Amino acid sequence: MLRRFAADKAKHLLRPLCSSLLPASAAAADLVSSSSPFCTSSSAPAAMSSTKTPPVSVENINPKIIKCEYAVRGEIVILAQRLQQELQSNPGSRPFDEILYCNIGNPQSLGQLPITFFREVLALCDHPALLDKDQTHGLFSSDAIDRAWKILDVMPGRATGAYSHSQGIKGLRDLIAAGIAARDGFPANADDIFLTDGASPAVHMMMQLLLRSEKDGILCPIPQYPLYSASIALHGGTLVPYYLNEATGWGLELSEVKKQLEDARSKGVTVRALVVINPGNPTGQVLAEDNQREIVDFCKEEGLVILADEVYQENIYVDNKKFHSFKKIARSMGYGEEDIALVSFQSVSKGYYGECGKRGGYMELTGFTAEVREQIYKIASVNLCSNISGQILASLVMNPPQEGDESFESYVDEKDGILLSLARRAKTLEEAFNSLEGVTCNRAEGAMYLFPRLHLPHKAIEAAKAAKTAPDALYARRLLDATGIVVVPGSGFGQVPGTWHIRCTILPQEDKIPAIVSRLKEFHEAFMAEFRD
Amino acid sequence: MSRGLDYEVINENVKRVAYAVRGELYLRASELQKEGKKIIFTNVGNPHALGQKPLTFPRQVVALCQAPFLLDDPHVGMMFPSDAIERARHYLSLTSGGLGAYSDSRGLPGIRKEVAEFIERRDGYPSDPELIYLTDGASKGVMQMLNTIIRNDKDGILVPVPQYPLYSAAISLFGGSLVPYHLEETANWGLDINNLRQSLNEARMNGITVRAMVIINPGNPTGQCLSEANIREILKFCYQQKLVLLADEVYQQNIYQDERPFISSRKILLGMGPPFSKEVQLVSFHTVSKGYWGECGQRGGYFEMTNIPLKTVDEIYKVASISLSPNVPGQIFLGLMVNPPKPGDISYSKFVTESKAILDSLRKRAHIMTNGFNSCRNVVCNFTEGTYLLCLLSHVFIPQIKLPPKAIEAAKKAGKVPDVFYCLKLLEATGISTVPGSGFGQKEGVFHLRTTILPAEEDMPAIMDSFKKFNDEFMEQYDDKKGYSRM
Repeated sequence: MLRRFAADKAKHLLRPLCSSLLPASAAAADLVSSSSPFCTSSSAPAAMSSTKTPPVSVENINPKIIKCEYAVRGEIVILAQRLQQELQSNPGSRPFDEILYCNIGNPQSLGQLPITFFREVLALCDHPALLDKDQTHGLFSSDAIDRAWKILDVMPGRATGAYSHSQGIKGLRDLIAAGIAARDGFPANADDIFLTDGASPAVHMMMQLLLRSEKDGILCPIPQYPLYSASIALHGGTLVPYYLNEATGWGLELSEVKKQLEDARSKGVTVRALVVINPGNPTGQVLAEDNQREIVDFCKEEGLVILADEVYQENIYVDNKKFHSFKKIARSMGYGEEDIALVSFQSVSKGYYGECGKRGGYMELTGFTAEVREQIYKIASVNLCSNISGQILASLVMNPPQEGDESFESYVDEKDGILLSLARRAKTLEEAFNSLEGVTCNRAEGAMYLFPRLHLPHKAIEAAKAAKTAPDALYARRLLDATGIVVVPGSGFGQVPGTWHIRCTILPQEDKIPAIVSRLKEFHEAFMAEFRD
Repeated sequence: MSRGLDYEVINENVKRVAYAVRGELYLRASELQKEGKKIIFTNVGNPHALGQKPLTFPRQVVALCQAPFLLDDPHVGMMFPSDAIERARHYLSLTSGGLGAYSDSRGLPGIRKEVAEFIERRDGYPSDPELIYLTDGASKGVMQMLNTIIRNDKDGILVPVPQYPLYSAAISLFGGSLVPYHLEETANWGLDINNLRQSLNEARMNGITVRAMVIINPGNPTGQCLSEANIREILKFCYQQKLVLLADEVYQQNIYQDERPFISSRKILLGMGPPFSKEVQLVSFHTVSKGYWGECGQRGGYFEMTNIPLKTVDEIYKVASISLSPNVPGQIFLGLMVNPPKPGDISYSKFVTESKAILDSLRKRAHIMTNGFNSCRNVVCNFTEGTYLLCLLSHVFIPQIKLPPKAIEAAKKAGKVPDVFYCLKLLEATGISTVPGSGFGQKEGVFHLRTTILPAEEDMPAIMDSFKKFNDEFMEQYDDKKGYSRM
């Protein structure tokens, strides 16, 4: 019996063989292991299929996955977790009694407290029945109660458990747009905002959109937050590095960007966008305004999309620098939507709120056509929507308590307390690193990290070679083994070849900092004693 | 020179993606809503948006976790039952820093353990928490697995037709090939193994390497439950053909009868013993969005891996780590779902009352809708002597609309696929927003629409009346009594 099926639908779904997806580079193939435990099934009866390779094994999974790397939760962290288990089952087995995770920007895991007002509003939205109880007024501040009502009122049916519009709840996007406008002094549009489960999924969406094949490149700062290198690899594109200048406080030099752009083009790469992380991660620099203007002009001329990672916009520790969004800079230069395509990423994970576990964030897209916006909406809709609680939080972060609100004073106290403490820790740790023999550390003007450079003695480099590991990975490993402090080797972020760094967060609570500093110094002295030339 | 985000130069895979659930009909419905028209959204399984109330207990627990200062307040016992307070403390103790800290990229170990225990209770076989990954909704897990499997357009994935269009969308996005296998509408949307074999062989003849097979059990949009025998056949098939089975089981708690209960693919696989139990690769998906919880907005879900090589698991972990962690409140919802209040707990009776009310109401609404559709001209709601109702599981419903040739002509003139044409007219006349069957796949010349059974019970009779009025007028307008689209 003939079965005819919706022929055109099926043909549409069964793609014709085409070359829009080039295979991953040869490097990926090298990384594929040749020995899989499932390669031969000696105990199984003869299979009817023509191949012995199981359906899903490292030999036949997407090679882009093999290729991509993400050091922030990579090898050193896995080792640290094992050590932690060891410590639990065998206390006293190590010269330290706890693991100090300085590898990841996860403030609340290291004792930072959430902002009370935000949590009050979230709790009320999670359990709106509380708003009908009399006792609630005794437990929650009145402006938190007001805000919860306002938020519930913009949610259809006041349902916090329903899928929302795929860009996020309209009323919350209105609030965020208002917050952006208040920050920048230029209008923002709710329709330009896509709320996502953290900023990272938004970055992925843009990479997916921009990268058609390996011939498409994205300019990325080196050093960079390895989400960029990983997502570019995952989506089959080419990372075009531009080196930040360590000698000038990690300055972004346009001459370097130009050079890399031309170089990539000469190799047949179509460069699609420029990633700029401001304030920087791992480098912590805050761009100067004229630097930003240069970048905007450059991208406009070259037809590049600006992908502005601005998640650390509230983490600035120096008086002589301020955060200016790229949109604000572009608009103040007289550039509108027709002139430049710009994506700004923001998150609830950083700043003074540090709500990493909530997965809240958004991207604001300006300067692209309605057709493209439709495509982005379509991709967003496949996942239906981002988590509602995270959406609410994003609207709170962009619209915190104002002067006159009941919670304003305590909010300011909490916020300032956290930011001033971060600034102090940044300074203390910077000084500590600079005091070490052969270590130079640029100031952390913003963000949450220090990225000291290790001028390692020749013997150490040789030892690393012998151990088949990068020198900074060797240093990080030794540091972990001796002190329990977990940092990420600079090779995880990219660096000028032949230079070595580590990234260390400034997040352990202040009372732990002196112990960290002294253990670090002790370790370093011993390390240098062992490897000094 | 084209600019970075000019339409002509964006990723073709993105352009190829189609996701009807929030596609043309939904956008038109949203436009009409903005203009002030009352719209009844039946396009997506989104219970809370249609008036279903959240269960009280989980909301109490999560609210306490959000604002731990409440736990320190001496009056907290007046506002929250003691078991909710205890549970909040329990979940907070599983985190390292409360809800605001990134968890392990696989999800909090304590919650993964609770999920493993749930699976063991459900199936009778132990489950390893290390092979359970929590995700921001099951969809993210599905996308991760498909992205892992698909290398290029020569890799094919067997997908049921009709299917939930996440699968077709994800396969397009990752540049793979969708290999459709048809479910038999006349046999209650059952799976015929011969259909499956034929699809597989055809694909292979076209040079496609078929890597995996998707089953949606209970089915979406079709609502059928696969029989144990069917699943066994499928597992044997996957063993012989070296396919990984992706078992979407998100509707496992939407079963309203005993004759055909849900049995997990994993339970059947392990029950088959070696070599199958040790060799067939299986990934099972679940969520907090469906069942009687319906907590879609929390984005909580998990996948469980069986017989996946550890090196592959490492790669999957690596990709999960790039996104850092799934959202923590969603993880807690998942923990509560697999570990609800037990008899003896203070909140138990209220929890049971609320759950039962939701399930009973869903069952009633299914009846109202089935009868309502079957009373309409040229509309058939698939059931055989009550079998369909017995198998009615999910929130979704898929009546077949027999469109007369004149209607198909009119659709063509309007530049629309026939069922899209019908659904747009339905929307404009009644405000009922459905999803045309073409969004899910169907046999040529056979048309459906998908609607959920989620609108409020008290609104149901009026909705069905409104539908009947529209449909019968539509059929009157276009029926020329010569003959119409047939199955």
